[in-house]
Amino acid sequence: MTYLDFLLIFDSALRLATPLILCAMAGLISERAGIVDIGLEGKLLAGAFTAAAVATLTGSAWMGLCAAVASSVFLSMIHGFACITHKGEQIISGIAINILASGATVVASVALFQRGGQTPTLDRDERFSPIDLPSTEALTDIPWLGPLWKELISGHTIPVYIALISVPLIWWLLWRTRFGLRLRAVGEMPAAIDSAGVSVTWLRYRALIIAGILCGIAGAFLSTAHGAGFVREMSAGKGYIALAAMIFGKWKPWSVLAACLLFGFLEAGANRMQGTPLPIVGEIPIEVVLILPYVATVILLAGFFGKAIPPRALGTPYRKER
Amino acid sequence: MTRLPAWIEYLLIPLMNLTLAFAVAAVVVMLIGENPIDALTVMINGAFVYEGALGYTLYYTTSLIFTGLAVSVAFHASLFNIGAEGQAYLGGLGALLVALMLQDWLPMILMIPLCIIGAAAFGALWALIPGWLQAYRGSHIVITTIMFNFIGAGIMVGLLSGSLMRPGQSNPESLLFEDNARMPQLHNLLGEFGIELGRSPLNLSIVFAALACFGVWLLIWRTRWGYALRTMGASEPAAHYAGVPVPRMIVTAMCISGALAGMMAINTVMGDQGKVTLGFPAGFGFTGIAVALMGRSHPVGIILAALLFGALLQGGSELDFEFQTITREMVLLIQGLIILFSGALSLMFVPWMERRFARKEIA
Repeated sequence: MTYLDFLLIFDSALRLATPLILCAMAGLISERAGIVDIGLEGKLLAGAFTAAAVATLTGSAWMGLCAAVASSVFLSMIHGFACITHKGEQIISGIAINILASGATVVASVALFQRGGQTPTLDRDERFSPIDLPSTEALTDIPWLGPLWKELISGHTIPVYIALISVPLIWWLLWRTRFGLRLRAVGEMPAAIDSAGVSVTWLRYRALIIAGILCGIAGAFLSTAHGAGFVREMSAGKGYIALAAMIFGKWKPWSVLAACLLFGFLEAGANRMQGTPLPIVGEIPIEVVLILPYVATVILLAGFFGKAIPPRALGTPYRKER
Repeated sequence: MTRLPAWIEYLLIPLMNLTLAFAVAAVVVMLIGENPIDALTVMINGAFVYEGALGYTLYYTTSLIFTGLAVSVAFHASLFNIGAEGQAYLGGLGALLVALMLQDWLPMILMIPLCIIGAAAFGALWALIPGWLQAYRGSHIVITTIMFNFIGAGIMVGLLSGSLMRPGQSNPESLLFEDNARMPQLHNLLGEFGIELGRSPLNLSIVFAALACFGVWLLIWRTRWGYALRTMGASEPAAHYAGVPVPRMIVTAMCISGALAGMMAINTVMGDQGKVTLGFPAGFGFTGIAVALMGRSHPVGIILAALLFGALLQGGSELDFEFQTITREMVLLIQGLIILFSGALSLMFVPWMERRFARKEIA
């Protein structure tokens, strides 16, 4: 394999990791605030559908993105209404959102487009197209750096860059601002935040709003940047892999990013290696590679390499003492 | 602590939640531009009236009873088994392996119980590992069962397109169950006695589902083990203090849960398709969660809820034929709404109800 081959695998890994990064950051912020979010998958799917549908109807990818964010935040708010306001079971609410989204997206797309659950294929200008970063031309002739810049760093769609920026942003928000300090505290010990006179409810709602925005962008990436339209169940478990990556990264932004890139790399490598035998082990079926993220997460959760400690108040609704 | 009268808690509140879910679904149908009453009529006809419709409804109900019971047994231990889907999938593998090994030699009377045991054992195995990890390593059961759904699906794809694939097939599906390893279908069975029944995949599994309901009721409410299980579900420290071996109970509860989920496979795989197909559990494991929630984790409630969801699934498939703009995924939407209202938002009406009705009890 040449240097260029490696670059191409990394390039495709980055694209495959993009929805994972966005969703995992969404999960991270919501779980850091104490709300379990297994509804990532549903929000991603809803985002993907709305983005494609609105992009088709308005002809603008940006309108699609905004609509995707709106629909995903809407689902987040349902989650909040059930889990924060009514102190319902967070896991059940998450499952409800996932099932709701997988039903509603097909129902809506059949009602709107009558194409058996798909949206019409998007034109070039209804999608996010790859953008060339400045100085790509100038660097082309430089060995190593030139191809690296051209193939890997430049030439992605805007949501990819948003995903990459979201990581330091979330880190900064959670560890360098007062809001972040309070948000993390609300996931560990909400009673302390409450007695300091800060609203637990409003903090958790804000965490869910941010999570909704991130999932919406991830959805828009799937249908209007990576793909050219919505197909049913197009999220294909990515929300759950993001959940796994979030746990694998132990609820820390940089580690989560690393986990997402690793999982993306596994998938990209598996796609590339399909059919080619490896030394020693022979040909590995792609299914085996694709379940590796889940296996790794289970092993991590079992405490066999390092301990993954979730936020302490995770999953428990806050009740004011009376 | 105030208590609501039983009729409110077990009848009125579930009915209100259900009504709310259907009301939202009706609004969606109206937004699409169709008449919700028409859609409902189509679904009711499709689920009960047309020839063979009832058979299909009961066939789906059978699957849902198994997965609903599976989720409910874990619920009683306050464990959340979202892995019923994967356990059912592996259950199919268990039944298939038993069938492939023994069906050339043994008669039906032995094959069917053995295959059921195979399905239950593989389902139990797929729940054993998450259960063990929860009990002894403290890893969260929700996450591990989700992961195990995907791991199971990956393994099954690998096997069905690999060593277990039937030669000459373009789609990944397994070798066949011979007749002596298939669950007899009721229309054939009753036909022998001269009773005419519309053709449907309804099979003898429904009897086993009924037995499972009775068994679960007996186990949970009439045995010492069941009492310990419910104690653990109510308060783990209390159970521990009373001498219940909590970790072992968690593992056993998960195994029973997984075995029940695995038995769903006898209905679809042995009773209808006669082979293991790609993704045959088709979301029934997840619907089992809705069934257990609606049925308040009680076998009688589960039967009723399974019937409701079975009718929805069968009636929903009729929507495809009758409407241009409504598809069977409408049922998925309704299902999501039911889980939302009767699960996540189940406490919504309670404070209001308490103000209204609980006063009598205090006075």
